Amino acid sequence: MTTVLSELPLMLTDPLMQRALLAALLVGVSAPVVGTYLVQRKLSLLGDGIGHVALTGVALGWLVGAATGVVPDDALAIPGAVVAAVLGAVAIEVVRERGRTSGDLALALLFYGGIAGGVLLIGLGGGSSGSLMQYLFGSISTVTPPDLALTVVLSVVILLVGLGLRAALFSVSHDEEFARASGLPVRTLNVAVAVVAALTVTVSMRVVGLLLVSALMIVPVAVAQLVTRSFRRTMLVASVVGVAVCVLGLSFTYWNNVSPGAAIVVLAIATYLVVAVLRPLWVRRRPRVARDPHPDIPDDLELDLVPSGANRTTGGDSCSA
Amino acid sequence: MSDAPELVAARDVHVTLGGSEILRGIDLSVRAGEVVSLLGANGSGKSTLVRALVGIVPLSRGSVDLFGTPLGPRLPWQRLGYVPQRVSAPSGMPSTAAEVVASGLLGGGRLRLPRGWRARTTEALDLVGLADRADDSIAELSGGQQQRVLIARALVRRPDLLVLDEPVAGVDKPSQEAFAATMTRLVDDGLTVLVVLHELGALAPLVERAVVLRHGRVVHDGAPPRASSTHAGATHQHLHPHEPADGDNPGPETGLADTLNPDLTAGHAPRTAS
Repeated sequence: MTTVLSELPLMLTDPLMQRALLAALLVGVSAPVVGTYLVQRKLSLLGDGIGHVALTGVALGWLVGAATGVVPDDALAIPGAVVAAVLGAVAIEVVRERGRTSGDLALALLFYGGIAGGVLLIGLGGGSSGSLMQYLFGSISTVTPPDLALTVVLSVVILLVGLGLRAALFSVSHDEEFARASGLPVRTLNVAVAVVAALTVTVSMRVVGLLLVSALMIVPVAVAQLVTRSFRRTMLVASVVGVAVCVLGLSFTYWNNVSPGAAIVVLAIATYLVVAVLRPLWVRRRPRVARDPHPDIPDDLELDLVPSGANRTTGGDSCSA
Repeated sequence: MSDAPELVAARDVHVTLGGSEILRGIDLSVRAGEVVSLLGANGSGKSTLVRALVGIVPLSRGSVDLFGTPLGPRLPWQRLGYVPQRVSAPSGMPSTAAEVVASGLLGGGRLRLPRGWRARTTEALDLVGLADRADDSIAELSGGQQQRVLIARALVRRPDLLVLDEPVAGVDKPSQEAFAATMTRLVDDGLTVLVVLHELGALAPLVERAVVLRHGRVVHDGAPPRASSTHAGATHQHLHPHEPADGDNPGPETGLADTLNPDLTAGHAPRTAS
């Protein structure tokens, strides 16, 4: 422990590590903000779908970069990922809106198509599938100043939309039909969520890698849900958890040669397990409210007429259902 | 009455969902100050009709004007309050009653909560008797209380027209009575109401006009069908063939009346009329 403490100043003054920590901090804040909406919409896997499509974008950027002689040859990888992720996210949203039954299938097609397309294109671009590894699993230790600048800009956009439109995005994610009947621009808001999710994926790509991006959006929200009862608080706690696991997980990789993405996600899931185990201690303090186990069954019995026969006549209700 | 402005004007509304025609040429007009109930059996299309009227379900033919404006972005959405049928499984995301109610302040060009939203939210929750539960998670509320939260969400924008879809279905008796009392007060203040009901129930004294749907068409539009004097009394013993035939066992409301004529559909409610 003394060695860690003595090396801490060293880590914090290392410019490479400074950039990496700043990127991790931004991602840790913004990913759970977007993730809160995705979980609320029951689209927890959307981030994965977008991540896979982004891989094709990475390879496409690489291919274009190689063809046009841009140096270094992965300079266009992140812009490619941004474009592909946004297009993919909007496509998923359109499919979701049009036909609900095929949304699941569309997501599956994106998963496979994204990975296969990425590996195929990277081969054509003269790279090997090994070149994709840093995007699949993260390579935060190689964050360059331009990378960091892009991360800052995109994070600001994500937070502006995610926090600035929180009430409207809450409404549309909580009850889409009501949002429509209140005159909210539902489609625009849905597309906004999809685009912001796509940006989050590309921003987080460098930190945790495309395969684990979704975990950073979803797991902190899962942790927060265990201990909160308001939407606002859920988002706040999720962001705190996100920042904590990103910064701690990344710091861990400073001393141990492991993938930062894996370290961060394992830490997040460990947090979830610990909180889930400790939760009963927390919840017991609240008064327990009796819930109606069958809230949808109308009270169709006139109990004050003849209480004795009431139970027997329950069966008669079923024909009204 | 007839010179009051028309708040709802539906003409020849057709709705097709999943390939089957749910509504087949509905004309409906609701004027300011009216309290109109939509009655009909399950599957008659009454829920689809209100969902079409508030813009949730697209029309395949016909037109809907609210407040004299066709459905669309230009509609004065803030004047419309909509209470959906309660979703039985709320999303797993924690959200407080106040947060849900506050979302009713949005729409009609407003994407952010207005100043003083907190006070208005509390006021709306107070109308449905839940002001003290504002910061409780909706998952902790009973079914009836959740329904009241949805009503508060529609009332928080202070609408001129309130459209409700089965607001008392599956709601406990105290909540039903609280709801009827709230509605009476609001209607006295000039609220126009279009309400989908399975039976008139506690709202019977308020409803001036009933529209009865059957198989996606209007089959009755006029005075609410009243129960005949032999029905609906507190002492009325209502027997059904499939009930045990012991005379001291009054059968419950079975809903069989749904398949009978409209008069029965509406008036056949001994339980709540008493």
